[in-house]
Amino acid sequence: MQRFSGLSLIRRGLTGQRGWQPQWRQAEPKAAYDAIIVGGGGHGLGAAFYLAKEHGLTRVAVVEKGWIGGGNTGRNTTIIRSNYLFDESAALYDHSVQLWETLSQVLNYNVMFSQRGVMMLAHTVHDVQVSQRHVHANRANGVDNEWLTPEEARAICPLLQTDDIRYPVLGAAFQRRGGTARHDAVAWGFARAADALGVDIIENCEVLGIRRDSHGAACGIETTRGFIGAPKIGVSAAGHSSVIMKMAGVELPIESYPLQALVSEPVKPIFPCVVMSNTIHAYISQSDKGEMVIGAGTDAYTSYTQRGGLHISRHALEAICELFPMFRRLRMLRNWGGIVDVTPDRSPIIAKTPVPGLYVNCGWGTGGFKATPGAAHLLAWTIAHDAPHPINAPFTIERFRDGNLIDEAAAAAVAH
Amino acid sequence: MLLINCPYCGERPELEFVHGGQAHIARPGNPAECSDQQWADYLYRRDNIKGVHAERWRHTHGCGRFFNALRDTTSDLFLATYKVGERPPAQSQQKRATA
Repeated sequence: MQRFSGLSLIRRGLTGQRGWQPQWRQAEPKAAYDAIIVGGGGHGLGAAFYLAKEHGLTRVAVVEKGWIGGGNTGRNTTIIRSNYLFDESAALYDHSVQLWETLSQVLNYNVMFSQRGVMMLAHTVHDVQVSQRHVHANRANGVDNEWLTPEEARAICPLLQTDDIRYPVLGAAFQRRGGTARHDAVAWGFARAADALGVDIIENCEVLGIRRDSHGAACGIETTRGFIGAPKIGVSAAGHSSVIMKMAGVELPIESYPLQALVSEPVKPIFPCVVMSNTIHAYISQSDKGEMVIGAGTDAYTSYTQRGGLHISRHALEAICELFPMFRRLRMLRNWGGIVDVTPDRSPIIAKTPVPGLYVNCGWGTGGFKATPGAAHLLAWTIAHDAPHPINAPFTIERFRDGNLIDEAAAAAVAH
Repeated sequence: MLLINCPYCGERPELEFVHGGQAHIARPGNPAECSDQQWADYLYRRDNIKGVHAERWRHTHGCGRFFNALRDTTSDLFLATYKVGERPPAQSQQKRATA
């Protein structure tokens, strides 16, 4: 692997940017591996990286139906935070934030992680009570979060309109360690680092079936590029988790919905943090390129179409225009949808399955990007040890049978 | 915005409707006799089909009645709508192409 450094950038810059090598190989599938990861998004590529780096499994393949990072990794609004209510969730998401904090150095790839702070607005008395409860719960769990008055919120984000709107801002919760990262760089950085450790990244390779041996254990996958054998298979397929897992006879408590986002034309740096509103339902930040990145809520019905209804994104824009009146004149450049896998309690599943040798990381719903390194790290651990890490032990499929839900529906960024 | 054919009122814009999730899920007659797994399956497990999906809709801002629909989740095309209690209509290839 060609290491990046300030010196190497200057040297290539002076010699016409010649001599850069491809960042990962175009691998052909081999007949067998020690482990296969299905899904070449950030979660899957990261799992392969951690399998190779921390668990010594280097005969690993990542198979991806399209191109890496072309699914939800490239379709989200790049927000990172860990201010979740319950102990299990706080541990899970903060594990991820801690990995984000050193990820660029670990990967030798700038993922542009920017801890610019995430501000979650409260518009009603109920909002205020719930937000303050979150602040206290987070602090008790060692997760930073603080309560801001409207004046303090405006001091941090001067564009914010707190009065003379239909739902005035009564205060806000602010997590300073939260922020954003460059989504494509996360996929590319994990791919490059995994490839350097010997992981095969196989694009344009769709999984058609999961083969099981005479004992019922998973032993390989049928793909559009032939059969690939492996005693351990990790599925990290986001919106298509139900489709893939059914191939092995595993039924999931998941429904897939489109989730839309938009970006505006790029403008000068004007927006210092991430602002989210649960009640009037929108979130916004500014990319380093200058675009305002805006997220909407999930669409109303299940779908695999990667678009969604115009009225849903219009609703989000109306909320943004109310909070930030100067954005009324901003033009939107692009609008897209990703397919998110939603569980009944809005918490993910990272677990062993009833099929030996088959592991799943799914159910991230509307909030998977922030968890990329954490989910990848824990999926790799679970595959390598054939047992969950203490952090992901509560996030099983069986919790729905046993009644141990981790009900973050109220704690999520947006009303569902 | 989708146009949805309410079996009682005819075609109306999507905004008048609320999606009601997967159709034809019967509540177990005697929950006390269910195993934990059967009850969890009733509450939480969903087919989440990529393809033709039978689902409930309610014409909330219209007649207020529930009905069922067949919709292709890869295109959002409605293939048929039908009243509660009726069986889902069989889908011929021709109907699928012209619906």
